Amino acid sequence: MSTPTTARPAGTRTRLGGTLYRGREGMWSWVAHRITGVLTFFFLFAHVLDTALVRVSPESYDTVIDTYKNPFVNLMEIGLVGAVLFHALNGLRIVAVDFWSRGPRLQRQMLWAIVAVWVVVMVPGAFFMFKHSFEVLFGAG
Amino acid sequence: MTAAGVRIDPPRSPSTRRLRGRTNTELYAWLFMRVSGILLVVLVLGHLFIMNILDGGVQRINFGFVAGRWASPFWQVWDLLMLWLAQLHGSNGLRTVINDYTRKDATRFWLKMALYTASVVVIALGTLVIFTFDPSIS
Repeated sequence: MSTPTTARPAGTRTRLGGTLYRGREGMWSWVAHRITGVLTFFFLFAHVLDTALVRVSPESYDTVIDTYKNPFVNLMEIGLVGAVLFHALNGLRIVAVDFWSRGPRLQRQMLWAIVAVWVVVMVPGAFFMFKHSFEVLFGAG
Repeated sequence: MTAAGVRIDPPRSPSTRRLRGRTNTELYAWLFMRVSGILLVVLVLGHLFIMNILDGGVQRINFGFVAGRWASPFWQVWDLLMLWLAQLHGSNGLRTVINDYTRKDATRFWLKMALYTASVVVIALGTLVIFTFDPSIS
C-alpha cells in the first residue's frame, strides 16, 4: 500500500493514479456491479411478464416456458445465476466497506474473497444446472 | 500516503450545494439499496437455488408447478417481497445509471419516464398475479 513520494521525471506516470482506484480492483468491481445489475434488471422485466401468463391460461404459460427448455437458454440461465451471484456477493462487500470500520482498508482482500466464493459456488452450480442439457446433447444414460 | 502536489478530498464530503437546505432523498435511496440488497441476497439466492438446483430447473416448470408453489402462503409472501424489493432496487440502480450517462436533460427525463413506467407495470402486474392467481383457470 505504500506509495513512493519521491519526485518522478516529468511525463512518466505516477503510481498514485493507478494504485488508489482507477484501473484497479475497486474500479473493475464497480464496472462489473453495474453490468450485472443492469442485466438482472432486464431479466426481471421479462421474468415477471412471462410468469404473468399464468393469469391468462395454463396453455399460454406452458407454451412460452417450453421455449426455454433447450441447452442455449440453459447456458443463459447459468450466466444469469453467475451475474446475480456476483452482484449479491459484491453488494455485501459494498455494505462492509460502508458500514464496517475496517471495510475500506480490506476492500481489495474482500473482493478476492468474494471472487473465490463465486468460483467455489459456480463450479458445482453450473455442473448441476447444465446436467440435464448435457444429457440431452450427448445422450449420457 | 499523498504524493507531492496531489490532494484528494475525503469521500462523501458534502458539497456546498448539498449543504444549502436540500432534502435527504438521496440518503434514503442509498440506505434503501443496502437494506433491500441484504434482504434480496437471501430471497433471490434462495429462489435461484431452489428453482435451478433443488427443483431441477426450467425443465420441470409448467402451470401445475406454479400452482403447487403458490398454494402455500409462505411462497406467496416470499415472491411478493422479492418482487417489490427487486424491482425497487433495480429501478433505483437504473436511475443512477441514467443520471450518470445521460447528457441532455430531455434524454434523461424520457429515459426516467420509461423506467418509472416499466417499474410501475412490473410491480402492479406481478402483485396482481400473485394475489389473483387461480389454479383452476382454464
